[in-house]
Amino acid sequence: MTRNIVIIDYGSGNLRSAQKALQKATKNLDLPLEIIVSNQPEVINKAERIILPGVGAFADCYEGLFSIANIGEILEQRVKCDGVPFLGICVGMQLMADAGLEKGNHKGLGWIKGEVKPIKPNDKNLKIPHMGWNTLNSNQTHELLKNIPSGKDGLHAYFVHSYHMEVENESDLIASSDYGGQITAMVGKDNIVGTQFHPEKSQKLGIILLENFLRWKP
Amino acid sequence: MTLKTRIIPCLDVMNGRVVKGVNFVDLVDAGDPVEAAIAYDKAGADELCFLDITATHEDRDTIFDIVERTAEHCFMPLTVGGGVRTIEDIRKLLLCGADKVAINSAAVKDPNFINRAADKFGNQCIVVSVDARKTENSEKNKWEIYTHGGRKASGIDALEFAKNMQKRGAGELLVTSMDRDGTKIGFDLELTRTISDAVKIPVIASGGVGNLEHLVEGVKQGHASAVLAASIFHFGTFSIAQAKQYIEKSGIAMRQD
Repeated sequence: MTRNIVIIDYGSGNLRSAQKALQKATKNLDLPLEIIVSNQPEVINKAERIILPGVGAFADCYEGLFSIANIGEILEQRVKCDGVPFLGICVGMQLMADAGLEKGNHKGLGWIKGEVKPIKPNDKNLKIPHMGWNTLNSNQTHELLKNIPSGKDGLHAYFVHSYHMEVENESDLIASSDYGGQITAMVGKDNIVGTQFHPEKSQKLGIILLENFLRWKP
Repeated sequence: MTLKTRIIPCLDVMNGRVVKGVNFVDLVDAGDPVEAAIAYDKAGADELCFLDITATHEDRDTIFDIVERTAEHCFMPLTVGGGVRTIEDIRKLLLCGADKVAINSAAVKDPNFINRAADKFGNQCIVVSVDARKTENSEKNKWEIYTHGGRKASGIDALEFAKNMQKRGAGELLVTSMDRDGTKIGFDLELTRTISDAVKIPVIASGGVGNLEHLVEGVKQGHASAVLAASIFHFGTFSIAQAKQYIEKSGIAMRQD
């Protein structure tokens, strides 16, 4: 029986790239996995792992996600109760916070204590959005960062965002980047993890991270 | 340790083919945009840009297929421009696998389009193409916005236009000097710097690159966050790796993954 990895489709941006990158990682690992893009509750319910992408504004993404019937209950059951490995990407990661302060104050999933706030680099010459390639600093060891060199001479991840998650508990911050101060790059606890950067667009680093996610046994 | 300066090769595509072709030794078909994209991905380009210069509406669908096939092989950021006029155009390109769209004529004709596009898809994927030409006989440096691939003057001041586009939600500006485009004598550094210093969003310098020093100038003197070039890479004059090494030697941090 093939096992399903589901990318939740709620009309947000670039799902094709995420699907293709995960297929590439699957192929590299020679795993019998099918990468499905879906908004069907019965498909999400059977997923072995769940990926929540997200491009656009926080509130729009939250609304889009919750336009899927019963998605709140499904995620609660699958991710919080059954412990299915969950990866949020970009705004999909930001949605895991308690609240997002982009264009108002909006409720999030509340899985990671913290708020999504504007990036405020201490160097006024730095451009916003934080757009392009940056290296990662590892704040905690994590299975998803295995075989990914971090620090000044490490591999690069592709970022494009103006807001980032400020976590309440330091232990939830897995990795960060430097952009006139610390930028949250990756958060996680238990079976949930999220990246502010786009692994599906981060060439070498991205594919290694996705391979790690597919093998991750939290 | 901060963001690295990006090198963006740009492929002009007409009716599904790369204009003039890409002269890499290992390419089977120099005119195939997907093959060229894969080669640039392997070569370490930081982003790719497709500019669709197809003249007729009927042939526009070819770009969707190209973007789709490119996204199957290249796990890197992809910007697509040319003929982006409606919210539906943007949605289609993003669904095919583009990350950003570059908008030119439609933004000049209807600036509100940028508000709508940014609200819908987020500022991060809306790049506005600022195609500018220096105004003759003006005392101070002034540039005018052109549309339709640089053929039509708009009467709009480039600096005002750039600031307006930022306000409306553009996430990045692709600043092309129409005076320098194709000349190989270097970017219009004053234009690039004037705009870059006046906006908070990143600026990509474009138009006129003939050698690697020009790329360095674009960053150091033009204050650009990224540099875009076409012919010096397509014709194999320099490789992406050579460009990165050269720029890095001048003291600018580059990604060498």
